[in-house]
Amino acid sequence: MSIIDSAKQAAQGLVQGAMTKLVPLAPDSWIPGGVPDPLIARKHGLIGKPVSRLDGALKVRGDAAFAAEHRFADMTYAALAYATIARGRIAAIDTAAAEAAPGVVLVMTHLNAPRMATPPVFGSSPSAVGPADLSILQDDRIHWNGQPIACVLAETQEQADHAASLLRITYGAEPSTTTLAGAKANGIEPGLFMGQPLLNEIGDAEAAFAAAPHKVDRTYRTPRHNHNPIEPHAATLAWVGDELTIHDASQMVTQQAQTMADTFGLATDKVRLTSPYVGGGFGSKGLWDHQVIGAAAAKLARRPVRIALSREGVYRVVGGRTLTEQRVAIGADADGRFQALIHTGLSVMTPQNSMPEPFILGTQAAYAAPNILLKVEVARMNMLANTFMRAPGEAVGTFALESAIDELAVELGIDPVELRLRNEPDKDPTNGLPFSSRHIAQAWRDGAERFGWHARPPRSTRREGEWLVGVGCATGTYPYYRMPGAEARITLTRDGDGVKALVEVAAAEMGMGTSTTTAIVAAERLGLPLDRVEVGYGDSAIPGAIMAGGSQQTAAIGAAVIAAQTALVGDLIKLAGNDSPLAGLSPDEVGCDDGGLGSLADPTRRESYASILGRSQRDSVSATKAGSLPLETMHWSMHSHSALFCEVRVNTVTGETRVSRFLGSFDCGRILNLKTARSQFRGGIIMGLGMALMEETQFDERNGRIMNPSLAEYHIPVHLDVPEIDVIWTDIPDPHAPMGAHGIGEIGITGVAAAVANAIYDATGTRVRDLPITLDKVI
Amino acid sequence: MTPFDYARPIDAADALRRGAIAGTAYLGGGTNLVDLMRETVARPERLVDVSGLPAAIEETEDGGLLIAAAVRNTALAEHRIVRARYPLLSRAILAGASAQIRNMATVGGNLLQRTRCTYFYDTEGSRCNKRQPGSGCDAREGFNRIHAVLGGSDACVATHPSDMCVALAALDATVHVDGPAGPRTIPFADFHRLPGDRPDRDTNLELGDLVTAVALPPLPAGTRSTYRKVRDRASYAFALVSVATTLELEGDRIKQVRIAFGGVAHKPWRAMRAEAALLDRPATHQAFLDAAAAEFVDARPLRDNAFKPALASRTLAAVLEELAMGDAA
Repeated sequence: MSIIDSAKQAAQGLVQGAMTKLVPLAPDSWIPGGVPDPLIARKHGLIGKPVSRLDGALKVRGDAAFAAEHRFADMTYAALAYATIARGRIAAIDTAAAEAAPGVVLVMTHLNAPRMATPPVFGSSPSAVGPADLSILQDDRIHWNGQPIACVLAETQEQADHAASLLRITYGAEPSTTTLAGAKANGIEPGLFMGQPLLNEIGDAEAAFAAAPHKVDRTYRTPRHNHNPIEPHAATLAWVGDELTIHDASQMVTQQAQTMADTFGLATDKVRLTSPYVGGGFGSKGLWDHQVIGAAAAKLARRPVRIALSREGVYRVVGGRTLTEQRVAIGADADGRFQALIHTGLSVMTPQNSMPEPFILGTQAAYAAPNILLKVEVARMNMLANTFMRAPGEAVGTFALESAIDELAVELGIDPVELRLRNEPDKDPTNGLPFSSRHIAQAWRDGAERFGWHARPPRSTRREGEWLVGVGCATGTYPYYRMPGAEARITLTRDGDGVKALVEVAAAEMGMGTSTTTAIVAAERLGLPLDRVEVGYGDSAIPGAIMAGGSQQTAAIGAAVIAAQTALVGDLIKLAGNDSPLAGLSPDEVGCDDGGLGSLADPTRRESYASILGRSQRDSVSATKAGSLPLETMHWSMHSHSALFCEVRVNTVTGETRVSRFLGSFDCGRILNLKTARSQFRGGIIMGLGMALMEETQFDERNGRIMNPSLAEYHIPVHLDVPEIDVIWTDIPDPHAPMGAHGIGEIGITGVAAAVANAIYDATGTRVRDLPITLDKVI
Repeated sequence: MTPFDYARPIDAADALRRGAIAGTAYLGGGTNLVDLMRETVARPERLVDVSGLPAAIEETEDGGLLIAAAVRNTALAEHRIVRARYPLLSRAILAGASAQIRNMATVGGNLLQRTRCTYFYDTEGSRCNKRQPGSGCDAREGFNRIHAVLGGSDACVATHPSDMCVALAALDATVHVDGPAGPRTIPFADFHRLPGDRPDRDTNLELGDLVTAVALPPLPAGTRSTYRKVRDRASYAFALVSVATTLELEGDRIKQVRIAFGGVAHKPWRAMRAEAALLDRPATHQAFLDAAAAEFVDARPLRDNAFKPALASRTLAAVLEELAMGDAA
């Protein structure tokens, strides 16, 4: 790092430090969201209605071209070979047979790959999304079992696959750490997440815990999980001169383009990455080795490349969720009020990445306690770099926390819903900020009533034939985030008698409905019918940078569109001039409605967009603007919540668990699209059922190899495992969030595993603290 | 996948002629073999597609059934006589795979399914005596939750993955085979092998042998039968353990019982000891558990599958109790 960079970083640190102190103290009105978004008050229109995905028909017909369905003239197909040792070096690669195989264009290894920079690792700058601090095909080093070490290009995929199977690779193995015990023995370090220590200490939690009259103190374990989006990762790439086009499957479009540019030493505008359709992301659709290898091979071969990972390839190249060992200790008084809340433990990552599973995040604002200790530590292992997976931290952290609370409820003889309500905090217990919007108590009440919670029979008394029936509950939680960097460009164009709008945001759509929801919101904000609004997204040429991560994209888009709309209104008022009924009004005094601008005070003063454009002899008007700085998250404690209820049947003969009923009662601000929201909640809950009962990466500790890289042996729920899932929500807008809405991509999975585990305990009296809860642990 | 030649024979004789050449594999529905070829576990040089050979299900003179090898799994499971007289066979087939796979898979191919041991599938990174004789076995000290507790060897602890075959074992089926040595029949119990020191050989078929049919003897009137599968999710998972049983009672005594387990051995495991322990005894829950205990007395559990003997025993007892009570067909 240069001296200038160091100075810049120090200055940034000072500014950030000052902001951290000052923003919480600033008046609400200075903060984005301090004045509620006018859209919150708008009750008519499409917001909150069930709107089908606008790209749904295209996808069903097969007309939506996914990353591996693009085609360039003279394109080649790539296949990868993967290392079979955990650490060491490549002694030799015999490529002769592969090179001689039919259709082979090129065999690329570290010996002939173009020289490239190491992709800047995720988080090292706002645009850096490299998977690990490791170069790709630049040397003979092996860092994990499964690392791609050679790439074959051929005229067909089948030829490439066959040729790759003919590569003969010999290794010089070196000592490696592939056992948890070994990783711990090598040393444990404090966990850092996004540059922040994963540590919260309020009071003296250990002392208060020791002194508490009622307590639980348990260890919970969660295994590794691999990503299994329905679309395996893929990219289709072509070079024209020094310009690289990538059709990718991405949830971080702009950042991936920039990281590719950095890797290949290109100016930002030399890389164009598009990703309009993605078959599921869940945190995994980022930059991994395969896009870099694909681009390098295309450069070397001077031909376009399609690189589509096999399902096994996804397991070898794309990181998943890492394992955790968590201690939760809660000390309470006789009324169940927490005196001490301790949630600590260990997560595993690699020597080259910086992603501990931050399982305490969901605990930070969950419950009131005068003494709190939250801490994540890490050990390092030679393995594929772990990464984000739906609700990183909260998904597994809530399993431990919400299981422990259930255990405490049993110990105290208090209804677990009541126990949670008794420990509701009135402000954020770890940072002291006021809550922006917290209606968890209502979610509990609504959910309990609908589920029939209070009418449940006593524990372990319901039996239907061989099946024991039980119910359990748990809280889910996920924060409201909004990352900086989002921009929106709104272009109004005359179209017949009216106008149409193009709203462009550098956002990603992984299938969850972002493009549809953005169109709904933009249509409402602009006062246009939905069919007059087109959304541009998934293209690095669009200004700004928005990541579909942290469930923050909805807010980021919302704030950017608010900013662009404000700018557009200003431009339109100028264009309207003195002959308009709007003359003399400032942008603050004007709203968008019914295809034009109108005075907020006097609805008769209005002019349509078409009229303004027509009189000013313009075909179109366009405004681009960045969203406000996301200071609201430093001023309020902003979170989504859920109250989850689960009914299970556990077979007394076999120990098999079947989930027979599930209800999610959510408090996530205002729901923008009833249809896609339900789908998000249900999808998250289904993923949570998988986490509870079956998902587990078989990581062979002898050599660090993943042994079940296939959907046949890595179990996720099938239809028969999924009961009817009921979802309800409070629909109370967060007054400080754009549209009053929170992103809902991740909250769904949180708490689910605990709700299932607690229900299994209710049915059987067996407490399983080690996921997944397979039949042999229950029987 | 390794390049290969493909042929569709005009009849069985043509198939046999083509199949007699080393490096040739018969192709049924391809639901397992094609997977194995994609993973380069199997690298046949030639495929002879026998899925187009006659696919009849015929009643035999003795009141049994003769099922041609090319019959699709779905067709067999849904067949009127199978559902009426051999409900355990229908249930076993329908417990396996998915509807799409059952629509493709053939009876002959089902017999020749290969193990789901993940080390067997990992051609690049793992040792496996079944895939590469003499290379070693990484499953024995590795992930072996789905592996054998009975009849394993130092060389191999894999299990046979079929559901249908467990039912066929309990039914005393006969496998009809044609090959270079001419047509012959093999009792089902002798069709699949225990691993011994040749785990690469799943069956007693010789080079060029083609499974042409499976014959089912009639079940005595009054025999009840069923199949139960225990697995890690509700569908589309291989059995941790499964049980196929037939039971004939005389009063409250067991006149005849046949038991086969899946998921516990290198082959569908006919539980002869348990059967012997039950014959002429009263049909009580304790008798069922004792019989299961007799069967698993020699079980050799591994790191991850110690739960299997107890699970299989409880499942057997539950199934027999259900049959004895007359709750199942």
